[in-house]
Amino acid sequence: MERVQKVFDKYPDAKRDALIPILQDVQEEVGFLSKDAVKEIGNYLKLPTSKIYGVATFYNQFRFEALGNYHIQICRGTACHVKGSAQLLEEFQRELNIMPGETTRDGVFSLEVVACIGACGLAPAITINGKVHAKVQPDEVKDLINKYRQEVKENA
Amino acid sequence: MFKIEVNNREIKAKSGETILQACKRADIYIPTLCHIEGMEPSGACRMCVVEIEGRGGLVPACAWPVEEGMKVKTHSARALRARKTNIELLLADHPDDCLYCVRNGDCELQTLAEKLGVRQRRYFGEKNEYDLDTSSPAISRDPSKCILCGKCVRVCEEVQTVDAIEFVNRGFKATVGTAYDEGLNLSSCVYCGQCVRVCPTGALREKSHIKEVMEAIHDPEKIVVAQHAPSISVTIGEEFGLRKGKDVVGIMNGALRRIGFDKVFTTSFSADLTIMEEAAELVERVKTGGKLPLITSCSPGWIKFMEQFYPDFIENVSSCKSPQQMMGAVIKTYFAEKEGIDPDKIYSVSIMPCTAKKFEAERPEHAKQGRPDIDAVLTTRELARVIKLNGLDLHDMPVEGHDTPFGERSSAGKIFGTSGGVMEAAVRTAYHMITGEELDAPELKSIRGMEGVKEAKIKVNEELEIGVAVASGLKNARKILDQIKEGRDDIHFIEVMTCPGGCINGGGQPLGMDEETIKARMKALYKIDKTDKVRRSHQNKSIRKIYEEFLEKPLSQKSHELLHTTYKERKEVLI
Repeated sequence: MERVQKVFDKYPDAKRDALIPILQDVQEEVGFLSKDAVKEIGNYLKLPTSKIYGVATFYNQFRFEALGNYHIQICRGTACHVKGSAQLLEEFQRELNIMPGETTRDGVFSLEVVACIGACGLAPAITINGKVHAKVQPDEVKDLINKYRQEVKENA
Repeated sequence: MFKIEVNNREIKAKSGETILQACKRADIYIPTLCHIEGMEPSGACRMCVVEIEGRGGLVPACAWPVEEGMKVKTHSARALRARKTNIELLLADHPDDCLYCVRNGDCELQTLAEKLGVRQRRYFGEKNEYDLDTSSPAISRDPSKCILCGKCVRVCEEVQTVDAIEFVNRGFKATVGTAYDEGLNLSSCVYCGQCVRVCPTGALREKSHIKEVMEAIHDPEKIVVAQHAPSISVTIGEEFGLRKGKDVVGIMNGALRRIGFDKVFTTSFSADLTIMEEAAELVERVKTGGKLPLITSCSPGWIKFMEQFYPDFIENVSSCKSPQQMMGAVIKTYFAEKEGIDPDKIYSVSIMPCTAKKFEAERPEHAKQGRPDIDAVLTTRELARVIKLNGLDLHDMPVEGHDTPFGERSSAGKIFGTSGGVMEAAVRTAYHMITGEELDAPELKSIRGMEGVKEAKIKVNEELEIGVAVASGLKNARKILDQIKEGRDDIHFIEVMTCPGGCINGGGQPLGMDEETIKARMKALYKIDKTDKVRRSHQNKSIRKIYEEFLEKPLSQKSHELLHTTYKERKEVLI
């Protein structure tokens, strides 16, 4: 948990009002909010884990599972919505059998819903590990996923 | 004091109080769902909205301060309409299974829907469905039935400082849950059941042992024995509409035999036994310079609390098992031997004011050789259900005594049911053990009552003055423990009860925890003590007998085997 400690070093004498920035930084460092990390944050800020979990689940930005090899962000901004991002999200959920915020059991994919990513001209847009994919249609989802699965297999 | 007008009637009001408080004193009913007497208002449920003349909107009576000359209508057309709509909206996301719910007939949501005349469904929409959490040995959660009033969360945080549950997620998906949605068994929950006491619906309940107990009773091979805790006889009457604090011990014994229990014992006997062991432990620690302060171990919620939040105090806590477990141990040994019964045929049921007792009974420390001391625990509420299940009532029941050899008690063993009682009982006997004489005034008034932390000093002889402290409610336990941690050293003995006021306010007791009820229960126990002939545990003849015939003396080898236990730090829980 060195990485969590590194975050604490940035917040000497922190009180409970530093909770959200600390959560954000820990997520940035670790990729998600693990049980152990939250326990440590609780010790540091003198807050029970249930309270921290309560705060963290209130916000969409926090996740409680490790990211997959491929982290898929689906834009649900206005333009993408108009261009059918709801159906696109549904298709990803069905294909991967996970909900936003979750990671597939094999650890390959994780899913996240984000507000506008600023690529409205490319709607509906998604990013996979930060790389933008433009005008993705629901019927392309299966191929896209298979392509990345294949890549993982080849690299293994 | 000034006057306000409520429903065209003048009532008195005090500056700084709320409309709800003023109305309650004047016997004007305003419904609430999220309000807890004695705690800060949360204003979450909007059931208590009232109309104030000259104000635009409705205001919540629970959080609105009175002002001189204000004119309030508690049941105006607008207020009634708003309340009814609120209930209808809550029902729109509530399972329609009242007939199958443990709180059927005793549910605040159901009662208000009835009172407000909800007769048709006006709102249709998605319903939340959640899995049951039956992971804990003591408390079951059904979040689908939760109306998010937040009372359980507040009691867990503000009264008990345990923080096992919290609001998680947001909006329609908001629910009351544990950290990482783990089962309650992996949370910091100490199973005190105070959340169950305040829950307006069936979202929180005790884990029922009724089925197991009735199966044992109907099994001809089994010898089913019951023990009932000191507080039960002064609380169970409430479930049958009897006066608050009425002592129905004889009637309850009659009912237990008619249900089919083969033997009925009183846990006050083993409370006396606990006192013999615990007082001896105190005297030994004082005389030999052992670890002090000694802390009581009767309250299983407190034990789990200590194991997870204050493991440094493990050596301070008395190694004595609780009265429930001591009784369980002697039933399957001393009693079984005496009666020539195979202990494996005995089914031992304890009737407790407590949900945490279910957890205590399942602790592996209490099942030496794989045979549990206690097989099932019924709370006061569950016993009432069992009585009703068997077509019985407490109104028309012959008065009966207890069975030997665990039927005799001193009144010291009876006052175990209230905060301060264990201490008072222990002091009476410890004084005798040190001096060989009896305490002139056995009543320790300064450690009686509803105060969260109470203290007393007892002059034993010229050299020795014993300092004692009594805490009830875990927030108050923290106060005294933190003082000890900071170096306070004038306290020799601490009694900790998990629930505020002690077992009379336990998590298994009849619902409703207003102070008036708790005080009536407390008064009833002290009244028994005042009029009793045997007021000291060491004077209980059956106690003398069990030492003569079986245990030899307090803290003997045999006592240690049967009546003492160990504790361990709990690292597995998410605190």
